Amino acid sequence: MDSPNKVESPDPSSPERRCFLTKALAAGIGGVVTVIPAAAGLGVLLDPLRRANANGANLIRITTLEALPEDGTPVKFAVVADKTDAWTRHPQAPVGAVYLRRTGPKTIQALNVVCPHAGCFVDYSPDRGEFLCPCHNSSFKLDGTIDNPDSPSPRPLDSLEVAIRNDKEVWVKFQNFRAGVHEKIPEA
Amino acid sequence: MKWLLDWLDHRTGYRQLIHEALYEHIPGGARWRYVWGSTLTFTFTVQIITGLFLWLAYNPSSQTAWESVYYIQYQMWGGWLLRGIHHYTAQAMNILLVLHLLQVVIDGAYKAPREINFWFGLGLLGLVMGLSLTGYLLPWDQKGYWATKVATNIMGVTPVIGPALQKIVVGGVDYGHHTLSRFFALHAGVLPAAVVALIAAHIYLFRKHGITARRPYRKPDARFWPDQVLMDCVACLAVLAAVLFFVVRRRLFDEAGPLGAELGPPADPSEPFPARPEWYFLFLFQFLKYQNVFSALPGSPEVWGAIVAPGVVTAILFLQPVIARRRWGHAFNVTFLWCVLAAVAALTILAIQQDRNDADYQAAVRKIERDAGRVRKLAQSPSGIPPTGAVTLLRNDPLTQGPALFAKNCAGCHRYGGHDALGRKPKDAPSAADLKGFATREWLTGFFDPKQIAEPHYYGATKFKEGKMVRFVQRDVAKYGDTEKLALTNAIIALSAEAGLKARREPDARDAAAIVEGRKAITDTLGCLDCHTFHNKDEDATAPDLTGYGSREWLMGIIADAAHARFYGKRNDRMPRFGVDGALTDREIGLLADWLRGEWYEADGVKAAGHKP
Repeated sequence: MDSPNKVESPDPSSPERRCFLTKALAAGIGGVVTVIPAAAGLGVLLDPLRRANANGANLIRITTLEALPEDGTPVKFAVVADKTDAWTRHPQAPVGAVYLRRTGPKTIQALNVVCPHAGCFVDYSPDRGEFLCPCHNSSFKLDGTIDNPDSPSPRPLDSLEVAIRNDKEVWVKFQNFRAGVHEKIPEA
Repeated sequence: MKWLLDWLDHRTGYRQLIHEALYEHIPGGARWRYVWGSTLTFTFTVQIITGLFLWLAYNPSSQTAWESVYYIQYQMWGGWLLRGIHHYTAQAMNILLVLHLLQVVIDGAYKAPREINFWFGLGLLGLVMGLSLTGYLLPWDQKGYWATKVATNIMGVTPVIGPALQKIVVGGVDYGHHTLSRFFALHAGVLPAAVVALIAAHIYLFRKHGITARRPYRKPDARFWPDQVLMDCVACLAVLAAVLFFVVRRRLFDEAGPLGAELGPPADPSEPFPARPEWYFLFLFQFLKYQNVFSALPGSPEVWGAIVAPGVVTAILFLQPVIARRRWGHAFNVTFLWCVLAAVAALTILAIQQDRNDADYQAAVRKIERDAGRVRKLAQSPSGIPPTGAVTLLRNDPLTQGPALFAKNCAGCHRYGGHDALGRKPKDAPSAADLKGFATREWLTGFFDPKQIAEPHYYGATKFKEGKMVRFVQRDVAKYGDTEKLALTNAIIALSAEAGLKARREPDARDAAAIVEGRKAITDTLGCLDCHTFHNKDEDATAPDLTGYGSREWLMGIIADAAHARFYGKRNDRMPRFGVDGALTDREIGLLADWLRGEWYEADGVKAAGHKP
């Protein structure tokens, strides 16, 4: 038997109180059953907020003293280390790069190649004897300080801790820092 | 405020839409039997919500699928809850589909003019079954992998288009990356979109023709909102409560019980697992066991059983609106449906019972439970999951592989604690030593016991039973006085220390003095070097070298080539030369050696692995 689909207002003979309770319950229970699955997903969505940098800041062996020119010219080196990517542990994967240069017979300065402005990879220009960021034309002196006055970079190139081991190995505490801010804040 | 709503309504007509949606007329009032359609819409929405959140973390490739699901389950905030809801809601949907179909057929809501809506509903049934099938593969665990292999092989049996269809679905000949990405595209894209489209059409047609109210009317007429909506919401709450119960079920009565849906060990094409579909397809699995009833017919029995028979049942279901035109049509339809459901239930129960009584199947289930626990421990270890994926964790784990390798290659002659290392008794009598606790002080003490050395546990079943070592122990050692007994004890300590067993590191460190005495006993007082070598060179040695006895290198050497001059040489009894003849790879020999020595990963706080006598 078909019933025609009448379009009318609610049956006026139902007592108002019962109608209200029914509506409130229906809305309430409906809300609960919808919120619960969504709430279960929220944890997964927000999970990255509670993750610190799994790779930490450890000293990583980069190269030897001999590989660095005595005249203090910066040389770029890849940083290769064990890396954790969510569930995968990569043994010896590339994680970044540094510029190393001699500042004395046994002292080295290490600079992270990443520009503190927006994260581009900074180049070294041998002709100009300084670093150049190709994205917004910042130039940095060899020690990392900003050279051009209209540079948008909020701070100099980030220097990294260096340790010389066994009198010849160059180890660097490789870290990345937050872009676009004055302070040098390690990414955690 | 009201002017804003009036403005909005004038431009969109939303009030009319809401009115249409909420004020459907229900003759005879709201009833519980009408809730199933809404519960299905609800569960589908739950799947979309939970599925979207899972999509944020899931990675479909044969090297990252299992791993990403493991990560969601064990490493992400509430991941177990999210995945658990998704898993058990899928199961619930299969039950709700049957209930909805039953109600629709019994109440005659499939008859004219509602035929097309009924067919859309059957289409939705098929699509949801497809969602179940594609979803089951995505964790890429052993159960999902082998179950899907069977399902796609059945697909391949379809006449004419079968093999091509299988290749398209699988993404090639082998099951791998492309199988996952195709199944995932189906599961998260194509099928849900089709379901949404069909649900929209289904609800539109349902509203167009109005509800088929069940007579006799029990209550005054009502509207969808709020009376039926309340009943629908209560039903949805009950479904959600049931789902949540299953999610936490195993933790409810056992503090250490797992939470959420289970995750088997990673898919391993080289590690067979008796394939089973999920429980809601078990009836088809069971039915195919009887496919030989079709052997009288031309063509393959599997085509008849897997494609034609289900096809006929489906065709009759589709034809039900037409059949109902007859006077007896509706009665036939209802009876037919009950019979089909009864058969499905019976087949399902039979399948479960047969599996329960199948010792081999139960052993396989226990093995994957063990492997699942083990791989989880290995994944949580400091070395984590390598880029090659979690399956390599188990393949390189001595604790997992050792017993299987031993049972297959060694248990023909040796024993391990009286059995084949997998708990089974080999059919032939032992013809070589029992290697449980090999190179421990306890094992060596038994070896030097005159009453034990000629037993099958040591040399009793080998030709060395008549040899010089046995004679030495039975004649000379039997007559040892106290000083000589002490020397022998120290010698045993020193010999066992050569192995450097992980579980004996502390005692070996403590007894450093005894080890020094023991070495002297071996080289000087006890006469071992008359036949053996021990940290010395002797070309006339007639017995195995004891340098590094029981160490990884020594064990690998003797397994690889027991007939080498360093070991038994020409006196080798019957031990095959596993490495030399290529029967075992270096990797396998290494796994055996590690397992025999108790060298496998255990988390800190767990007692160091070792063989207790």
